[in-house]
Order: sequence, then structure tokens, then C-alpha cells
Amino acid sequence: MKLWVVFWCTMRQMVNQVQSPKMFIQELDFYYGSVRALSSISIGILERQVTALIGPSGCGKTTFLRCLNRMNDTIPNTRLEGKVYLDGEDIYHPSVDVVDLRQRIGMVFQKPNPFPQSVFDNVAFGPRVLGLTREREELDAIVERSLQRAALWEEVKDHLNTDAMELSLGEQQRLCIARVLAVEPEVILMDEPTSALDPIATMQIEGLMRDLSERYTIVVVTHNMQQAARVSDKTGLFWLGELVEFNDTAMIFTRPKEQRTEAYITGRVG
Amino acid sequence: MSHSLWTTFDREFAQIQESLLQMGLMVDQAIALSLESLQNRDHALAKQVIDDDEEINAIRFKIEDACLALIATQQPAASDLRSVVAVITIVINMERMADHAAGIAKTVILMGDEPLLKPLIDIPRMVRLAQEMLGEVLQAFVDNDADTAQAIADRDDEMDHLYQAIFEELLEIMADKPDSIERATYLLWCAHNLERIGDRVTNIAERVIFVSTGDMRELNV
Repeated sequence: MKLWVVFWCTMRQMVNQVQSPKMFIQELDFYYGSVRALSSISIGILERQVTALIGPSGCGKTTFLRCLNRMNDTIPNTRLEGKVYLDGEDIYHPSVDVVDLRQRIGMVFQKPNPFPQSVFDNVAFGPRVLGLTREREELDAIVERSLQRAALWEEVKDHLNTDAMELSLGEQQRLCIARVLAVEPEVILMDEPTSALDPIATMQIEGLMRDLSERYTIVVVTHNMQQAARVSDKTGLFWLGELVEFNDTAMIFTRPKEQRTEAYITGRVG
Repeated sequence: MSHSLWTTFDREFAQIQESLLQMGLMVDQAIALSLESLQNRDHALAKQVIDDDEEINAIRFKIEDACLALIATQQPAASDLRSVVAVITIVINMERMADHAAGIAKTVILMGDEPLLKPLIDIPRMVRLAQEMLGEVLQAFVDNDADTAQAIADRDDEMDHLYQAIFEELLEIMADKPDSIERATYLLWCAHNLERIGDRVTNIAERVIFVSTGDMRELNV
């Protein structure tokens, strides 16, 4: 290996070790009415890494994910305690504009949810609403760039006016990712983004997640443990509203420290 | 764990473990028969040990194949993954132990009908020790018992001391009677094969500790 490659890898490793988290969650509790769904979650999410959240159904992982861009604000009779920081700023501070926040922290859902519009309009929607540009050429460039980053450009470049609903489910999900990318987010939250997709489309999305992590910070909730093992740098196991263990993915899947992690990932729960 | 809670992985791994123990018995027998062929200067028995080595090689590949299939189909993680990877290392080491037993048998054939240089005292001790260590380390693997594995690895020092004693004794004989060098060298080869078997058991003990604790370290460095 060339010397400069070794040097670059070493430097990158050092930077990774000392970098402060992109998001920092401190002592987070979340309540649905009087029911506590999350208990005292503290976690640091590193920039340009894929962080996977796993755990049995109802363990709180999706609730936690939705706390990260205040999606739970829309649910009545809920309450959050603790802090969620993005680049050191408390995202629950009254001065924070939630629309701006959700531009910085985008979300991709379980089922692809394109608008019943053309492929182009789906991707252009965010930049238009947010007024990112008024120039047609610039908008074209944003749409192309977003579709390229979502690995969909080659498939749709000649059909940008096609109704998005005519795309396959896998293409629709990549379109939804392109729609998120179009507003230049910093963090992308993904809530079981492949659970509605076939294995080929799933592998494409997983490859895309790895590629996107060179530019964006990704947090993904998944029921598929092998997916967490394949795509993530860090993995956290949630259990009954608690974060049981959070560590490098390789460690979680080969040498977990907690018995509950061992039981869950080896399928010996219950 | 009750069998009703067994996963597919558990069921298939239990079969692999059974094959592993069966291979252990075959290796144990190869070591015992190699000594017997040496003690009795039994060329036919020595040839049988050499021939049986093929069967041990075959079971090694069969177990490795089963491990690969288990990884591919069940995607084990954590201690399950460590166990499967450990089995692959263990069968490689056991296959090499059988090669060492075959090495002793080949030496017996090379010795021809020449009388033994001296009565066998420490070599049978080494054989007994090797058999005990092999049986115990496989039991430690089945029991997931890191403490026993550590104790077995410590017993490799006994094996090294026996080898050292044989080495020094034979060196002395060779110095006194240069015409005995060839026959002494044959015995030294046998002892060396047994000493290497002790090292292989230590390798297995390392894997048992890795499975049990996740700690990957070399023992008896």
C-alpha cells in the first residue's frame, strides 16, 4: 500500500476518534400520556456515519428516531424530557424553526410515499417550497444532482415527466431519498426504509446508504439485523424503551457486552 | 436451554458439534495407535494410521463445509458466530494433530526392524498427556468453559518439559555413541510430533476462551 494511503487512513481514524458527534442526545425521556416510551437515552451520533437502531417491536426505536427531527411534535398528549442537540444546538429550544430543522434533518419512511406528480416535481418540491432557487436551470441542476446521488438518474433521466406512481417500489423509495437530498439535509433519518421492498431493491438502497454516508449523517431504524450489520458503522439496541447497548457494529455483532444484546441478535429472546 | 426453544442454528450446530467430537475420537485413536505401532514395531499398524489419516482429512472438510453452510443460511452473530468460526479453527488443528500421528507412523516404517535405542518411558507419557489434553479441551469447548481451557493450555508446559527431557537424553546418547545418531533421531522425531500436538491443543484452548469471553489472545507465548 502506498505511504500516502496509510497516512490518510491513519489521519481519518484519528479524526474519527476525536470528532464530536453531529447529534448528541442527553437523558432523553419520552411519554405518550402517562406511559414512558423512552427512558434516559443518551447517545452521540457521529457525522458521516450510518447509525443503526435495532430492537424488538415496540421497543421505542421509531419513537426515538422521530424525536430527532421533532416528528413527534405532531402527536397530541406527548411529552419529551432531556435534550437533543444538532451541532451543539438544542433542537427543542423555542427559538428553533421546525421547518428549517426538518430541512436539515430529513426523513425517509417505511413505505415509499411519492407525491402523485411527475418524477421531476417530486424532487423539485422541497427546493420550490423552501425557495432555494427561482432559476429553472438551477432547479434542473438540483433535480439531476439529487437523482444522481440517489442512484436513480440513469433510470429516469429520459422520463422526468413520468408520473412517480408508475415507478417500481424500489425506484419510488430512491425517489423519496432524492426528494430528501434535494433540500441539502445534513442528517437523514430512515425508518425501516426497505421493509416494503424486494431483495434486489433492498440491496440497492443498502448500497446507496453506504454511498450517502460519505456526505451525510444517517440514522436508520431496521428490523433486519443483517441489514444493520451490513450497512452501519454503529449499532444501538433498544429494549423496552431503554438503550441497552451502543457500540461499533462489528463489536455488537461479534462480541456484544450485554446479555440482552446477545439474546436478541442470536434470536433467543423469550 | 430447553429443546423447545432451540433455533434452527442450535439444531444444526449441535450436529456439527457431534461431528467435531467424532473427529476428536478419531484423532485420539490415531495418536494411541501411532504409539502402539512404535512400541510393537508394527509396520502394518503404522500403515493403518497413515491410511486412516485420509478419513480424518475428509471429516475435517465435511465439518468446514457444514460451518460455511451454517454461516450462509443462518447468519449467526455474537457467541454463535464465534462458535462456528472456532469450529473451523479447531478442525484444522485436529487435522494437523492427525498428521503428526501419521508422522510418528511414518517414522516407525522408516526405522525398519532396527531395535529401539532405549526403552520408551517419556514418549508414552507424552502420548497419555496429549490424549488427556485433547479430550479435555473438546469437553471445555462443548461446556463453553474458559477456565478449564486455560488450565489445559497451562499443561502444555508439562509436554514441553517432557520433550526437553527426551531431547537432552537423546543428545547425550548421540554424543556418547555416534553410531546411534540415526536411531536417536527417529525417536526425537516422534517426540517432536507429540510436542507439536500439545501446541495444537493450546491453539484449540485459545479458541474456547475466545468463544466463551470474546477475548482473542495467544496462550503460552
